[in-house]
Amino acid sequence: MSVATSQIKLTPERSRPSVRSRLQDALPKIVLAPSFAITIVFVYGFILWTIYLSFTNSKTFPSYVITGPRAYQRLWGWTFDSDPPSSWYTSIVNMGIFGFLYIAICLALGLFLAILLDQKIRGEGVLRPIYLYPMALSFIVTGVAWKWFLDPGLGLEQTLHQWGWTSFHFDWIKNKDFVIYTVVIAGVWQASGFIMAMFLAGLRGIDGEIMKAAQIDGATTFQLYRRIVIPLLRPIFLSAFIVLAHLAIKSYDLVVALTSGGPGGSAWLPSNFMYEYTFKRNEMAVGSASAVIMLMTIVAIIVPYLYSELREKPR
Amino acid sequence: MLRKLLIGTALATTFAFSAHAEDVKEVQMLHWWTSGGEAAALNVLKGDLAKEGYAWKDVPVAGGGGDAAMTALKAMVAAGNYPTASQMLGYTVLDYAAAGVMGDLTETAKKEGWDKSVPAALQKFSVYDGKWVAAPVNVHSVNWLWINKAVMDKIGGAEPKTFDDFVALLDKAKAAGVIPLALGGQNWQEATMFDSVVLSTGGPEFYKKAFNDLDDASLKSDTMKKSFDNLAKLVTYVDPNFSGRDWNLATAMVIKGDALVQVMGDWAKGEFHAANKTPGTDFLCYRFPGTDGSVIYNSDMFGMFNVPDDRKAAQVALATATLSKSFQSAFNVVKGSVPARTDVPDTDFDACGKKGIADLKAANDGGTLFGSLAQGYGAPPAVANAYKDVVSKFVHGQIKTSDEAVTELVKAIDDAK
Repeated sequence: MSVATSQIKLTPERSRPSVRSRLQDALPKIVLAPSFAITIVFVYGFILWTIYLSFTNSKTFPSYVITGPRAYQRLWGWTFDSDPPSSWYTSIVNMGIFGFLYIAICLALGLFLAILLDQKIRGEGVLRPIYLYPMALSFIVTGVAWKWFLDPGLGLEQTLHQWGWTSFHFDWIKNKDFVIYTVVIAGVWQASGFIMAMFLAGLRGIDGEIMKAAQIDGATTFQLYRRIVIPLLRPIFLSAFIVLAHLAIKSYDLVVALTSGGPGGSAWLPSNFMYEYTFKRNEMAVGSASAVIMLMTIVAIIVPYLYSELREKPR
Repeated sequence: MLRKLLIGTALATTFAFSAHAEDVKEVQMLHWWTSGGEAAALNVLKGDLAKEGYAWKDVPVAGGGGDAAMTALKAMVAAGNYPTASQMLGYTVLDYAAAGVMGDLTETAKKEGWDKSVPAALQKFSVYDGKWVAAPVNVHSVNWLWINKAVMDKIGGAEPKTFDDFVALLDKAKAAGVIPLALGGQNWQEATMFDSVVLSTGGPEFYKKAFNDLDDASLKSDTMKKSFDNLAKLVTYVDPNFSGRDWNLATAMVIKGDALVQVMGDWAKGEFHAANKTPGTDFLCYRFPGTDGSVIYNSDMFGMFNVPDDRKAAQVALATATLSKSFQSAFNVVKGSVPARTDVPDTDFDACGKKGIADLKAANDGGTLFGSLAQGYGAPPAVANAYKDVVSKFVHGQIKTSDEAVTELVKAIDDAK
């Protein structure tokens, strides 16, 4: 560094821009370095650590003696334990149901609401935050509010009974076969407004000239959306999908707050399984193995999708 | 430059030292007793320690519940930063002791005579490898019935002495249009009730063999099958909305007279007290029918960590105060449990508490004091949770018959062992 400074003094007019430009080149790297290092250690480092733990016999505390893939063998055995369902079987089946419905309904509902709001209606400024507001709540609050609303003895059913509709019956939250769908309802309620906002931003970004051109060519409104608007929204679909997918896989607190695990553990998701086994049952190896399997599943879904979407980028 | 550095170091050392000196006179305590009654009960202990010149410092836990506290404790211990003591349950104490992080209170124990006054069954968890590592705070017992007296009088019921009596009583309540049995459909509540059902169906010997020794033959026996059948019978008396309900809401149903009876540990008494109800006139406490003379227990303990020598005096003071007769009486009167030593006078306790103290003493003398499997005092957490899974799946219908339940129970416990 001192050598560099002395050079500056000798030939100021030539080397000043070079040092400056070198600094400018390096600045992003310097600024990013701490967060890069933190990510390497605390995300990727701990992923590797978790993978390592899943091959040990860790119980209450981490143990560093590799004992082979016994945790995976146990999980594999549980994967096919459907009658009566093992906790792991329940978790992955629920993940499938919840993940698919949550993402699909949020995308469909979000797009639908965005299109309706985009019709230059009055009071949009009031309506938009109303839909968006649930996203500002934590999952715990959402879970507790819906728990009370869906409870047949407290919420919707009780109210309708008091109003005179006594044949009304809605006890999904107490039913082992349907409880996972109540998690979908609460999750969709929370996230669809946010997805709507994303689509709305996308719709606003579409060039009005294209729409006008299509209308002049005689496209009906349906055709307009089907053939032009929705294809143009493709990047928004990607972002929305990624936001929703990670929310779906992270969902832990919603299940706990809404169902406390459901009747006989029937609302568990893999994240609940992971927490239960690692921290409550002192089977850290099994918990780690389930976390690794969750990671692999996400990678298997997200990577091909990202690849197919981002491949055409350099246009 | 060097001078500055030296001064800096000196200053830092002084600060560190003075901070240290405060540490020595401080009890750092990790616990999750934050709700009204429990916090008030703990204030007694804080006062006792303050008299001896020790300050109390709560180790903050985000989230409140026991699970969050245990996760926080795990992180603290992994970082080598031990609290003076932590509230702990059952096998957790032994796990930490096996990991070599617990202190040694044997000297204090000898001086205070804990060996003789603390029930032997509890010492299984507070003594590791011949060394005292934890101070038990209380003994809860699980095999209780909590009955609303007004409802009981209305239906003309009497104390059930056998399981069949109990079913007859529930039938009476059903006929009178009251919810017979208040149950919260969460796995630990169902399993807690099943603990009592097994003790009632199979007797003390059987309970010990099956749920403390995990004896295979007992687990798959016909008696266990019968116990599951009895559980199924009880579940027919709950209301349709029971699933997922918190235990204190189930207790509230009994307090309000919507339901006749709840099977729950004696922490339920705290709810009755909070609602200003008195035992004998507003509510009744009976042992679960067919379990009189035996006690299924769980216990809160203060696990004592292996702190540096200069902090040991504070730890000893904490342990001594915790097991002092005056604190044991004052704390447990409020908490609803009974003292963890059998020589505490019962004068301040209500009728249920007096019965609890007498029962504990009798069970301790007669060898019928057993750890609750549902509460983690019968077997390590992996097994206890596997057991809760099976019971809960049976209650909610994923497991359909008692035959299947027994097979699953044996399989799950073997797998978790």
